[in-house]
Amino acid sequence: MTYETQPAAGHEMIRLVDVHKEFDGETVLDRINLSIAKNEFVTLLGPSGCGKTTTLRIIGGFETPTAGDVLFDGQRINDIPAYQRKVNTVFQRYALFPHLNVYDNIAFGLRIAKKDAKDIREKVTSALELVELRGFEKRSVSSLSGGQQQRVAIARAVVNEPKVLLLDEPLAALDLKLRKEMQLELKNMQKQLGITFVFVTHDQEEALTMSDTVVVMKEGVIHQIGSPISIYNEPRNIFVADFIGESVILPGTYLEHCLVTFAGQKFVCVDTDFAPGESVDVVIRPEDVDITEEPSEGALRLKVTSVVFKGVHYEMLADGEDGQEWMIHSTTMAPEGQIIGVSIKPDNIHLMKKSASLEGAAVQ
Amino acid sequence: MKPALKKAYLWLVFTFLYAPILVLVVFSFNASKSRASWEGLSLRWYIELFQDKAIMTALANTVIIAVVSAVAAAIVGTVAAVGIHNLKGWKKSFIMNVTYLPVLNPDIVIGISMMLLFIVVSFPRGLASLIIAHITFGLPYVVISVLPKLAQLDPQIFDAALDLGATPREAYMQVILPQIMPGVFTGFLLAFTMSVDDFVVSFFVTGNGVANLAISIYSMARRGINPKINAVLTLLFAAVAAMMYLIQKRMGKGVAKGAAEELR
Ligand SMILES: Nc1ncnc2c1ncn2[C@@H]1O[C@H](COP(=O)(O)OP(=O)(O)OP(=O)(O)O)[C@@H](O)[C@H]1O
Ligand SMILES: [Mg+2]
Repeated sequence: MTYETQPAAGHEMIRLVDVHKEFDGETVLDRINLSIAKNEFVTLLGPSGCGKTTTLRIIGGFETPTAGDVLFDGQRINDIPAYQRKVNTVFQRYALFPHLNVYDNIAFGLRIAKKDAKDIREKVTSALELVELRGFEKRSVSSLSGGQQQRVAIARAVVNEPKVLLLDEPLAALDLKLRKEMQLELKNMQKQLGITFVFVTHDQEEALTMSDTVVVMKEGVIHQIGSPISIYNEPRNIFVADFIGESVILPGTYLEHCLVTFAGQKFVCVDTDFAPGESVDVVIRPEDVDITEEPSEGALRLKVTSVVFKGVHYEMLADGEDGQEWMIHSTTMAPEGQIIGVSIKPDNIHLMKKSASLEGAAVQ
Repeated sequence: MKPALKKAYLWLVFTFLYAPILVLVVFSFNASKSRASWEGLSLRWYIELFQDKAIMTALANTVIIAVVSAVAAAIVGTVAAVGIHNLKGWKKSFIMNVTYLPVLNPDIVIGISMMLLFIVVSFPRGLASLIIAHITFGLPYVVISVLPKLAQLDPQIFDAALDLGATPREAYMQVILPQIMPGVFTGFLLAFTMSVDDFVVSFFVTGNGVANLAISIYSMARRGINPKINAVLTLLFAAVAAMMYLIQKRMGKGVAKGAAEELR
């Protein structure tokens, strides 16, 4: 499939064209195509080992692609060494310089670039302000907490005013609360600085919260590129549906215009681009399963097998008459063993091409 | 063992190790030329020593050779260690073993083979050949001290330097070197001490009458022990002891210290 299907949004900053990477004959990236616009917040999302770091390292210039091109602002940069690229990185484990204090760590890039002393002082000071570390100038980096080190790493990168900032799971080492705070801070920082962010995570919630565009990867293949909403509501295949949020995935058959059958019942749906009689995968989000007042009112009857209180909602597992297991998120609770009726609104039924055609779906 | 017994044992070992040196040091301050009787404290031999042209030249040679060869070994050895560190698989272990071999190799083998090499390539023997030989046997000590420091480094640190615009050269000088410097310095001190201490290799590779302290003391001793030798050896011992103290301080708990603590 051609690459053009990804809309060229605004001014293009980075473009990967058929980028292929092998390590010792093992394919790690399989013909990746990706376009990143100026000021866009793009997140590479995927399970461990899917090639996120490798993609980032290719953009940063630390790995050369086995085949394919890396374009930066329209220029091919395959042969430009890392130290000449206008890209800065926040590394997975920060990689701060232990022999330098906070100030000197942040000033490193400016000193290498031989900026004058006054300039350096001003820029480092405002970078320290940005990450709220004023007063920490003289501290040794090893005496800082994880969150503080991470902010030094960010300051050290952004102080050079890169056009693109690469961030490799920068929040992975932080506890949940701090991580949520930093997510917001990073997002604000990106808007404030007007820098393109390429962010790597394997946390789908983080990806959905922060990004303009999410790139879902698995085993070196890009499975879907899209806005958080479209990735969540219109996953392209079983892998994406399963990886992003919770979902029930059932086999079904497209009957005719806006009519589909699954779990032994006919349902009205909103998808139209399937052929009558075509086998499809049906994705239903647990929060889209509505429990009816009376079991008889529902399109399906299910038997509740477990109930877990999750704070805002209850998470229930229930079995259908055909043995299919359903997950339901609801604010009303049905006790274990009860028979309930459920209905699903047409626009909450999402149909996908059968997963046999994964390759077709893989490239957007 | 009972504590008292342990203590006695410790003293026995120390006596065994240090009694000869103590005698040497004491007799270097003896007023008489006799080696058997004590006739009062005097700095006579030290004064004579500093007036002895041959010994002073040898001392100068020793210092020149040790400084130049240890500095050269530190530089070449550090570069070599970085190269070895970046190798992978069997090549790495092969090169590492090749580097470590000279440490175990007896001095006499190194000495004679270096001498043969200098003869074969008709390199003039003297100060230059001595320095080259000392660099050769000092090198592995630097590599051995630097490699563990490199292994401890976060591999991303080098990438981080490049990322911030440093050329590979700048990254090595400004980021890697400061962090492996303790290892480089330890290697330098070891190479320096080995050089000051060396007799066997120097004896074979020197020529044209160039002598270091070890060689000139050896030739003096053949003509009978002069108390000047006691004085120069005392100085040599003091210098080496100072070096060892520095090395131990750098390497943390030294072997001797560890043993002493176990006996306590
Ligand atoms: N230098 C290398 N040599 C050989 N294989 C490598 C190298 N770097 C990465 N790989 C392999 O490439 C694959 C992708 O690695 P990568 O680091 O890009 O994954 P990732 O998506 O960042 O995973 P994680 O979430 O665990 O960080 C893995 O199977 C990894 O083992
Ligand atoms: Mg990674």
